[in-house]
Amino acid sequence: MAARNDNPARLELRGICKSYPAVVANDGIDLRVMPGEIHAVLGENGAGKSTLMKIIYGVVKPDAGEILWHGARIDVASPAHARELGIGMVFQHFSLFETLTVAENVALVLPGNPGLDDVAARIGGVSERYGLTVDPRALVHSLSIGERQRVEIIRCLLQDLQLLIMDEPTSVLTPQAATRLFETLRQVAGEGCSVLYISHKLDEIKALCHRATVLRAAKVTGTCEPQRETAASMARLMIGRDLPKCNHPEAAGDGEERLVVNGLSLVCDDPFGTDLADIRLAVRSGEILGIAGISGNGQQELLAALSGERSTPDDDAIHVCGIAVARLGAAARRRLGLCFIPEERLGRAAIPSMSLADNALLTAHAQRMVALGMLRSDAITDFARRCIDDFDVKCAGPHAEAKSLSGGNLQKFIVGREVMQHPKVLVVSQPTWGVDVGAAVSIRQSLIELRNAGAAVLVVSEDLEELFEICDRIAVMANGRLSHAKRVTETDVEEIGVWMSGLWPDQVAGPVSAPLVESLHAT
Amino acid sequence: MQLRLEPRALQSRAMRYASPLIAAALTLVMGFILFAALGKNPPAAFYAFFIAPINSVGGLAELFLKASPLVLIALGLAVGFRSNIWNIGAEGQLTLGAIAAGWVALDPAFADSPLLLAAMIVAGILGGMAWAAIPAFLRTRFNANEILVSLMLTYVAQLLVNWLVFGPWRDPQGFNTPQSALFADGALFPILIANTRLNASVLLTLAAVVVSWVFLEKSFLGYKTRVVGLSSAAARYAGFSEKRTVWVGMLAGGAAAGLAGVGEVAGPLGQLLPTISPGYGFTAIIVAFVGRLDPVGIVFAGLLMSLLYLGGDSAQISMGLPAAAAALFQGALLFFLLGADVLVNFRVRVIRAVPLDQPRAAL
Amino acid sequence: MDMVVSVIAATLGAGTPLIFAALGELVAEKSGVLNLGVEGMMLVGAIVAFITMRSTGDLWLGVAVAGVAGALMALLFAFATLTLQANQVAAGLALAIFGAGVSAFIGKGFVGVTLENRADAGLSLPIDIPLLSPLLHSLHPLVYVSWLLFAGVSWFLFRSRAGLVLRAVGESPASAHAVGYPVIRIRYLATLFGGAMAGIGGAYLSLVYAPLWLEGMVAGRGWIALALVVFATWRPARVMLGAYLFGGITIVQYFAQSAGVAFATQFMSMLPYLATIVVLVVISRDVAMIRLNAPVSLGKPFHPGV
Repeated sequence: MAARNDNPARLELRGICKSYPAVVANDGIDLRVMPGEIHAVLGENGAGKSTLMKIIYGVVKPDAGEILWHGARIDVASPAHARELGIGMVFQHFSLFETLTVAENVALVLPGNPGLDDVAARIGGVSERYGLTVDPRALVHSLSIGERQRVEIIRCLLQDLQLLIMDEPTSVLTPQAATRLFETLRQVAGEGCSVLYISHKLDEIKALCHRATVLRAAKVTGTCEPQRETAASMARLMIGRDLPKCNHPEAAGDGEERLVVNGLSLVCDDPFGTDLADIRLAVRSGEILGIAGISGNGQQELLAALSGERSTPDDDAIHVCGIAVARLGAAARRRLGLCFIPEERLGRAAIPSMSLADNALLTAHAQRMVALGMLRSDAITDFARRCIDDFDVKCAGPHAEAKSLSGGNLQKFIVGREVMQHPKVLVVSQPTWGVDVGAAVSIRQSLIELRNAGAAVLVVSEDLEELFEICDRIAVMANGRLSHAKRVTETDVEEIGVWMSGLWPDQVAGPVSAPLVESLHAT
Repeated sequence: MQLRLEPRALQSRAMRYASPLIAAALTLVMGFILFAALGKNPPAAFYAFFIAPINSVGGLAELFLKASPLVLIALGLAVGFRSNIWNIGAEGQLTLGAIAAGWVALDPAFADSPLLLAAMIVAGILGGMAWAAIPAFLRTRFNANEILVSLMLTYVAQLLVNWLVFGPWRDPQGFNTPQSALFADGALFPILIANTRLNASVLLTLAAVVVSWVFLEKSFLGYKTRVVGLSSAAARYAGFSEKRTVWVGMLAGGAAAGLAGVGEVAGPLGQLLPTISPGYGFTAIIVAFVGRLDPVGIVFAGLLMSLLYLGGDSAQISMGLPAAAAALFQGALLFFLLGADVLVNFRVRVIRAVPLDQPRAAL
Repeated sequence: MDMVVSVIAATLGAGTPLIFAALGELVAEKSGVLNLGVEGMMLVGAIVAFITMRSTGDLWLGVAVAGVAGALMALLFAFATLTLQANQVAAGLALAIFGAGVSAFIGKGFVGVTLENRADAGLSLPIDIPLLSPLLHSLHPLVYVSWLLFAGVSWFLFRSRAGLVLRAVGESPASAHAVGYPVIRIRYLATLFGGAMAGIGGAYLSLVYAPLWLEGMVAGRGWIALALVVFATWRPARVMLGAYLFGGITIVQYFAQSAGVAFATQFMSMLPYLATIVVLVVISRDVAMIRLNAPVSLGKPFHPGV
C-alpha cells in the first residue's frame, strides 16, 4: 500500500458499478493507469468498455465505486469538469457538430470565451506539432471521417492534457492511417500523457499498448502486458474460450451473374452525402463479394440504390437475375429475389416497439402472411417462431419487442428473416457490427451457407478481418468509386488498405482528380 | 431526495390504459381548483357540468349527437396520426363537406329525388376529401408541411362558407340574415328518437368505428400505416410507399370530416350558416389522442368530450360560468394526457442523495 | 405622399406581430424545439395584455405581462416535452387548443371592448426628410422594439458564444451532452424565450393593431409565424423580409376596399392564408436547402439517459 502512495497512478478506479434497467454494464471494475502509459481496455462488444469510459469522462454517474486522480479521491461531475482535470475523450461516434466549422467545434469545449481567430491559430499550432493537418474554417460535414477524428484529437490536445481516452479509434481508419495514429499516440504518451485505448482488436493492442485490462460481461477478467501475450491468450481472457472460426470452403465461382451493376452514377440528394461515380460490379450465384472501405465513402448511397430505397433514373444501371431494376422500388426488387440487411438494426431493419412477429411481417409478408389484404396472424407468428428456433435467437418468444433483444440476437433474427425467404441475391451491410463474438460467427456461417445453397451474396463491411474470413472476392470503395474485385487468395490486408485511400492500380495510371489528391494528403 | 425518470426496458401496457384515466382525474382536480377560485361551489359546478346535461333522455340524445361528429372525425384522423401525418385541418374539411352537401340540397334538380340524402352524403365525403387532397398533394409533390397547409385551408374554407351565405346562397326569404334556405325534409337525416335531435347519422358513425377497427388492426394497409408512423426509414427499407400513406391518411381524415359536415347541415342545422361547427375538427384531434388512436378508445373519448361541450353550455346557463371553460378543460385534458404518457416509457424513481465517495469501512 | 407613408406604415405595423412570434420561435427551433403552440401563446398574450392595459392604462406593463404569460404557456409545453418527453407535435397542438380555451375563458367579459386609441408617437427626427420623417414618426414604439429584437437575435445566434452553444444543442443534443452542455436547460430557456416573444406579438395585436379583444383574434398569425420560420430557412433577416411581405398582403385588402375594388372581402381576406401556402410550397420543394438549414434535431426528443 505504501508503495502505491509514493507513486500514485494517474487514474485509478476501484469497484466501479453501473447498471441500467435491463442490463449490468459495469460490475466492480478496478483499473490503474500510470503516467505516460498507453493502457488498453480490451473486451468484446457489450462488455461494458464504453460505459466505463463515459464514467471516467463524467458523462455517466456510477452507482458505486470510487475514482482516484493522482491518488486523490474525486467525483467527476461533468465532462467540463473532466476537461478541467486534464481528461480528454475521442468518442467512437464523434461528438462533433456537422453544420459548424472546425474552429467553432473546438471553441465549444475550450474554457473561457476565446475568439474564433485565436482558436484557429491554436489549432494551427497543434496541427503542426503532431502532424494532424486540418483546416480550421472548414465545415465539419465536408470533412472525411479520418479528418473528423483528427479534429476530435486536436480538441483534446488543446487543453493541458493528462489522460486521453480513445474509444475504438481505428474502426474508421485504413490500416495505414491507423499506423500513423499510433505514432501520434506514442508521441503524446512520450510527452507524459496517459492514454486509455479502447478496442477489441487484439493485434492493434499488441502493437501499441503497454498494459491491458480485459473486460468480459461487465467484469475485469485479468490484466496483462500485450507484448508478452499471444492473440490467442488475450482472446481467451476476452471471450473465455478460443476465438471461433467460420467454416469457409472454396467457392466454385462459375455461377450465373445474379446482381450486376453497370456504370451506376448517382448525385446524392443529401447535401452531407457522397455522389456515386461509375460503379461496376457483378456478383455470381454461389459466391460472396465483399466491399471494403471506410464508412462515408458512398456505401450508404450504393446500398440504398441497390435495395431500391433510392431509385435510379438510368434503367440499365442495375440488373437482378437479368432484369433491369433500377427504377423499381424496394418491394418490387424483393419480389424478384433481392433481399437486403441494412446496417441500422433498430429503426430500419426492425421497428423497436413492434414484436418480432410484426417485424417478420415487415419484409417477409410474401410468405403467405397476407390474404385478401388482411393479416394472417397464425402464419406470421409461425414464421417468427421458426426463425427464432432455426437461428438460435435468445428472446421471450415471437411477441417479444425487437428492442428487448441484444444486438447479436436481433441481428440473428433479421438475418434469419431474410435467409428464410430464400433470396437469389442477398445484400448485407456491416453484418456483425456491434455484435458479440458468438453471434458474429453464427451470422457469418449463415451467410456462407446461403452462398453454398447458390445465392449471390454482397457484403459491405468496414471490418477487413471479417471480409477476409467470409468473402470469395473483395473490392474497395473510396470517394464514391468502386475498385475492381480481387480474389481473397490473391490479395492481403496491406494491399486492400492502400486501396481504401482511393489508390487502386487503374486509377494511379490515369490522371488523379484534385479532390482525391487532397484527401490523400489529408489522410 | 430527488425524483428521477428512468427509461423502462419495455413499454408498460398497464400505463397505456391508465394514463388517460390519470389525465381525466388531473383535469377534474384542475376544474375543482378553478371553480373554487371563481367563487363557485365546486360540487354544484360539477353537477352542472357533468350530471345535469345527461340527466334525461333528451340530454343523452344530445350527448350522442355531439359525440357522433367528434368520433367520426377522430377515427379518420387516427389513420393519419398513426403514420405521423398531421392533418389538423379537419375543421376546414368538415366545412367543405357541408358546402358540398348544401350545394346538392339547394339544387332544385335534386329536390324531389329519393336519393337526395345519399347524394348529399357522397358529395360531402368528396368535398372533404378534395379539401384534404390539397395538403396531401402539396406534401407528396413539394414536401410542403401538411400541418400548416391544412390549417391555412381551414381559414380559407370558413371564409368561403361565409361568402356563400352572405352572397350567392343567401336565403331570399331570410330577411337578409346570413344563412341559406332551409333544406327540404328529404335532405335531412331521419330522427331516431322522437322529440330529440338524435338522427340516423349516428349509425354511420357506428359503422365507421367497425370499418376503421378492421382497417387499423387487421389489414395489411393498416399495418403499413403504422410502420410509416413508427419509422420512415424502416418503411422505406420494406418498400412501403410513404406517399401512398400520406394520401391514405389525409383522405381518410378528409372523408370522415366531410361526412361529419353532412351530419351537421343535414342534421341539427338543416341549412348552411356562417359557422358550421363549434370547433369539432379541432376537438376531434384531442379525441383521437385521448382515445389512443384506437377506435374503441375514440368512442369513449368522444363521449367524454361531448359531455364537456354540453357541460360548458349547462354551466353557463345555470352558474354563469363562461362556456369557454369547456375548451379549457379539453385542452388541459390533452396536456395532462401527454404528460401522463411519460409513465408508459419511463418509471419514476425516488433517489435519496447518498454521496458516491463515502469512505468505505474496509479501506 | 401621405398615401405612400400610410401604406408603408401599415405594412410595417401588420408585419410586427409576426416578427415577434417568428423570431421567438426561430430561437426555440434553433435549439431543436418545435413548438406548434404559437397561436395559443399569442392569444393568451393578447388577452392578458388587453386586461392589464385596460385596468392600468400602462402599455409597457401590458406588454411585459403578455411576455410573462407567453413564457408561462411555453413552460407548460417545455415541461411536457422536455421533462416528460411528450411528442412535440402533439404537445404543440395541445398548447394551441389550450391557449384558445384559456384566452376565451379569461376574455369572456371583454369581447368587443375597445381601448382608447392613444397616439404613441414614434421617433421624431431633428431634420425633416421627406417620407422618412413622417414615416418614422407614425410608427408605434413596439415596431422599433421589434427591430431591436431582430438585431439582438441575429447577434446572439451568430456572434455570441451562448448562441453557438444553442445552435450546437439544436444540431446534435447527444454531442452537446457528451461534451458537457446542459441540453435540457438550454432548450427550456430557448422555449421560454419563444413563448415570451409570442406573448408580446399577441399583445401588439390587442393593444396596438386592433386595438380590442375578440375571441380567436390572432386569426392564424401564430401558424403563419411558424411558416415564416421555414420560409426564412431559419435566418432572422429573412424572417423580417417575410413578415413585411405578409404585412403587405394583409393590408392590401383594406386599401383595395377603400380604392373601390369590387371583389368580395372574403376573398381578399383569404390572401394571407393562400400566400402562406404558396410560400411554403416554393421553399419546401428544395429538400436539400431545407436539410442544410433546418436544425438537425428539430422536433426530436432527447433524454440524457442519466
